[in-house]
Amino acid sequence: MRLVTAIIKPFKLEDVKEALEAYGITGITVSEATGYGRQRGHSEVYRGAEYKVDFVPKLRLDVVVEDVDARSVVDVIVKSAQTGRIGDGKVWTTPVDDMVRVRTGERGASAL
Amino acid sequence: MVLDETWIPQIVDMRSASLAAASPNAGDTAWVLLCAALVLLMTPGLALFYGGMVRSKSVLNMMMMSFIGMGTVSVSWILWGYSETFGPDLGDGLLGDPFTHFGLHGVMRAVYGPVGKGIPAPAFVAFQVVFAIIAVALVSGAIADRAKFATWTGFTVLWATLVYFPAAHWVFALSGYAARAGGWIVNDLHVVDFAGGTVIEINAGAAGLALALVLGKRVGFGKEPMRPHNLTLVMIGAGLLWFGWFGFNAGSALSAGTLAAGVWINTLAAGAAGMLGWLAVERTRDGRLTSLGAVSGLVAGLVAITPSCSVLSPVGSVLLAAVAGAVCAWAVGLKHRFGFDDSLDVVGVHLVGGLIGTLGIGLLATPGGPAGATGPTGLFYGGGLDQLGRQALGAGAVLIFSFVMTYAIGLALQKTVGFRVTEDDERAGIDQIEHAETGYDLGHLFSSGRTNPTHHGRLTDREGAGL
Repeated sequence: MRLVTAIIKPFKLEDVKEALEAYGITGITVSEATGYGRQRGHSEVYRGAEYKVDFVPKLRLDVVVEDVDARSVVDVIVKSAQTGRIGDGKVWTTPVDDMVRVRTGERGASAL
Repeated sequence: MVLDETWIPQIVDMRSASLAAASPNAGDTAWVLLCAALVLLMTPGLALFYGGMVRSKSVLNMMMMSFIGMGTVSVSWILWGYSETFGPDLGDGLLGDPFTHFGLHGVMRAVYGPVGKGIPAPAFVAFQVVFAIIAVALVSGAIADRAKFATWTGFTVLWATLVYFPAAHWVFALSGYAARAGGWIVNDLHVVDFAGGTVIEINAGAAGLALALVLGKRVGFGKEPMRPHNLTLVMIGAGLLWFGWFGFNAGSALSAGTLAAGVWINTLAAGAAGMLGWLAVERTRDGRLTSLGAVSGLVAGLVAITPSCSVLSPVGSVLLAAVAGAVCAWAVGLKHRFGFDDSLDVVGVHLVGGLIGTLGIGLLATPGGPAGATGPTGLFYGGGLDQLGRQALGAGAVLIFSFVMTYAIGLALQKTVGFRVTEDDERAGIDQIEHAETGYDLGHLFSSGRTNPTHHGRLTDREGAGL
């Protein structure tokens, strides 16, 4: 199994979710994230005082898939999250040792 | 306050039998009572205005610093404050006798003002106390996020008693109105300060500067971002301030008539032009029109028109307020240049705006204003430098008195009971430390229903600090 993690622009969530559903992924975990990459942040001005806001709001998606699906799922996310402009985010995968469904105690791929 | 030509000084003494001749005018009474309520609403409005500008961990403390004045100042006013301000002058126009009307003794059935146009003394008492309340509340913006709340509470009583009430006596206690002899600035120096440019705005601004210097900068000032956490609150607060300001200025006519109506128009003109003046500076300097800039300019314009609304023409009001908006937009940057942490710009808006309004009278006062020929004539209308000099003396006297007294009070409190919270407490957030509360319940982890009520009484350190 592999954990696919994606950092995306918040407004692309619906597109990515629909694309993953169409591929057959049954569940994802979404959390709010902030950070910066090459996009960096922006400036805000309050009563003439300028503030650099380095951290940009993003969403983080986590989904565990079977090894054979990993590459395709990454492609699905990249395709659906892409705008072509700076700040589109990143997708990466990491190996997962084990997984348990809490309700039933099922292990491994059957817990997906 | 400006009197019209029909003015007949009349003091109603409860022991005399002249009450029948001095029944209050119903329309004037209704107007002044309504305006008193409008001005009271400005303090919660200010709480929103200030509360939205601080970081979310301090919002409750900031709002409470305004609200507590409605408690402490009201009680002080009823007991000795009214008498200290409007009681018989103790000599040289410096202070009223705090004991004559202690507990509003002898005031509740009296009538003030000219025959047929008088108002009940309690209406005057009500209208004046709400000014005292908001003056104290204004000061709090200079020391956001870092004052011990109990010390601040004590400060509100001390400052009202030792600074505001005397200054209000100087400026507002017109001889022959509530007492035969009143304060020196209005009666001897003949300064025009219709609704409190000196005693409210300059006074609060100078006091804010003094306290900001006594308490020192916030931890991380100039290094960490201290953005306003909720500009929507700030805008609602500004709206309520403007609404209340019509009571503040037009109510200061103490009658419902031509004077009040003219002042109302000038108050509208000033809020409008102040907003545009500030935004013009932002557009040129920063390239953006900000919401905080719009409402700050609005307030700056209103500050400037407060002393001057009775003696300026509507066009003069637009001009004065536009200048005030633009100059204040620049003046709020002074704290960064000189390195004092006047957190919410009490100096940049209220001291500077108050000075512009008070001195502007010396330039722009005209018989074409709401007060007509009873007012002075300013330099630009051929009146010479006389009035400008008087305005400068009055403004300077209040400024210096307020700064020195407030610095002394602040330092005394700092050295005895302590005025500033510890650095750890400041970082943890003053709402949790001083009030054991949190302004917002928006997070997932600690939202309502997931914290357990344990016991009443004093919280343990751990729970109180929420660490």
